This record gives sequence, structure tokens and C-alpha cells, in this order.
Amino acid sequence: MSRVFAPLAFVVMALFAMAPIIVSHAPYEQTMGLVQKVFYYHVPSAMLMFISAFVCGIASAVFLFKRSAGADRVAVAAGELVVLFGIIVLVTGPLWARKAWGVWWEWDARLTSSLLLWMIFLAYLLVRRYGGPGSEKLAGAMALFGMANVPFVYVSVNYWRTIHPKTSVLMTLGPGMRSAFWFCAVSFGLLYVLLLTLRRRLEDQQAQVERLYLALEE
Amino acid sequence: MKRRLVTVVGLVLVLGALAMAGQPPATPAAQDGFVPVNSLPQAEQLPAAPLLIAAYAFVWVALMMYVWLLWRRMTRVERELADLNRRVQSR
Repeated sequence: MSRVFAPLAFVVMALFAMAPIIVSHAPYEQTMGLVQKVFYYHVPSAMLMFISAFVCGIASAVFLFKRSAGADRVAVAAGELVVLFGIIVLVTGPLWARKAWGVWWEWDARLTSSLLLWMIFLAYLLVRRYGGPGSEKLAGAMALFGMANVPFVYVSVNYWRTIHPKTSVLMTLGPGMRSAFWFCAVSFGLLYVLLLTLRRRLEDQQAQVERLYLALEE
Repeated sequence: MKRRLVTVVGLVLVLGALAMAGQPPATPAAQDGFVPVNSLPQAEQLPAAPLLIAAYAFVWVALMMYVWLLWRRMTRVERELADLNRRVQSR
């Protein structure tokens, strides 16, 4: 893992350094103008929030049904990343909305369900941290519930009346916008892999520390 | 002395009258009522650049902070692990 880790970290840093240059060269959107460029960081963060919720949910299911401690450690790592990318989505979104819609926040289906999804995973982390012995099973069930929420958040813009851009926006991007978007999406994706690997490693080491404390007590 | 004072006062009055004559006529919206328009003039609109910069800066700061916190936690656990390994081996 360590052989892949250093080159991957270098690639991610290079991509993130280049991203603002690529974004600045992308064309402006006709009605929203400059502020639409928030899209290039906002949407990849939202995609990773959803992906991480799925990773956390699936790992929790494996933990609950197969009693796999390794899967539980992946679930914790992914749960923390849902909260990280979620806060990015929930802060960059209103900064975009203030200019595009004239308000910081609107209690519509997409925004409210995204906030709920983020709160479910925040609660997941709080239960893991302060729930005491056995709380990992309760937290696992919460992660499953959070994962089940993701498809509803995704399609909410298509089925409910909302001012948020629809999911079809991605398919209709022009060539300049599309390349900038996918560049940022790949950068964020690789960063996610890197952070998940690091966070999972931390969980492994903490489990090892607990094992050693038990060995010392015996 | 008296003549000089009269000249200065006269000059001030003439200049004041000229300045008042040069004023643009008062717009009705300013004093008598509000005139609605459908779109704001360009100069009055909320600038997008500070919002865009704030969004990008927040992403960078949030990610950097998370990496730093992760680094600190990993360093602490590695130190604890090394210490425990020493204690187990010394038994």
C-alpha cells in the first residue's frame, strides 16, 4: 500500500493545484455568470458524499450480517468522509445560491434532504464516539438508513418542485464545462481514495492499540 | 474693511447661486415616491467574485484541516503503538 500511497498523494496534490487554472479557463454560464464556477467543486463533493454514504452503508451491512471487524473499520472511515464532503456541499451550495437565487437557503426537497443525510451521518459518528459498548451495531443500522436515503436525495430535484438544478444538467454540459468538471471530479475521487485509505489505516492502528492493551492486562 | 467684507459676502452669495443653478433636477424617486424597476443596474448587483473565492477557499481550508487532524491522530496512535509494543516485549 505504501508504494502506491506516495505517488497517489503527489498526483492528487498536482491535480488540486491545477484545478483552479482549469476552472478559470472553463466558459461562463449564460444566466449565472461567474458564480456558476462553484459547481466544479460543489458537485464532485456531493457525488463523493453519496458514494461515501454507500461505502459506509454497505460496509455496515457486511459488519452487521458477517460480524467483520474490518468492514466496521471501513464504515467508520467512510462515515467520517460523508460528514467532511457533506459540510463542503452545505457551505458551497448557499454561497452559490446567494447570487443565483438571491437567498442563502431554501427549504426545498433537495436542500432539506441533503441536510438530513448529513445529519444522519453526523449522528452515526456521535453514536460511535459516545454510545459506549455495543453502539457499533446501532450505528451500523443508522448507516443503512442513511444509505437508503441517498437515492431519494438524488432524484428529489426531478420529482419535487425545486429551484435547484436538475440531475440532467451534467448530461447537457458544453465541451469546455464538461472537461473542467470531469477533471475536478477525478481529482476529488482520487483524494477520496487517499483519505479513505489513511482513515482506514488509523482505525486499524487503533484496533491494534486496543488489542495490545488487552494483552497487557492479561 | 467694511467694503472688503461686503465683497467677500457678495462673492460667496454669487458662487452659491451659481452652484445651486448647476445642480441636476431632483429625481422624483429620491423624495416624492419609489419607482419600481425590474432589474438592478449592473453597479448595484451583488458581486459574484467574493462568493466564488469564499467557496473555493472553504473547500481548501476544510480539506487541509481534515488532513492535518488525520495526521495528528495518526502520529499519536503510532507513538502509542510503539510504546505498547515496547511494554509487551519487555514483559
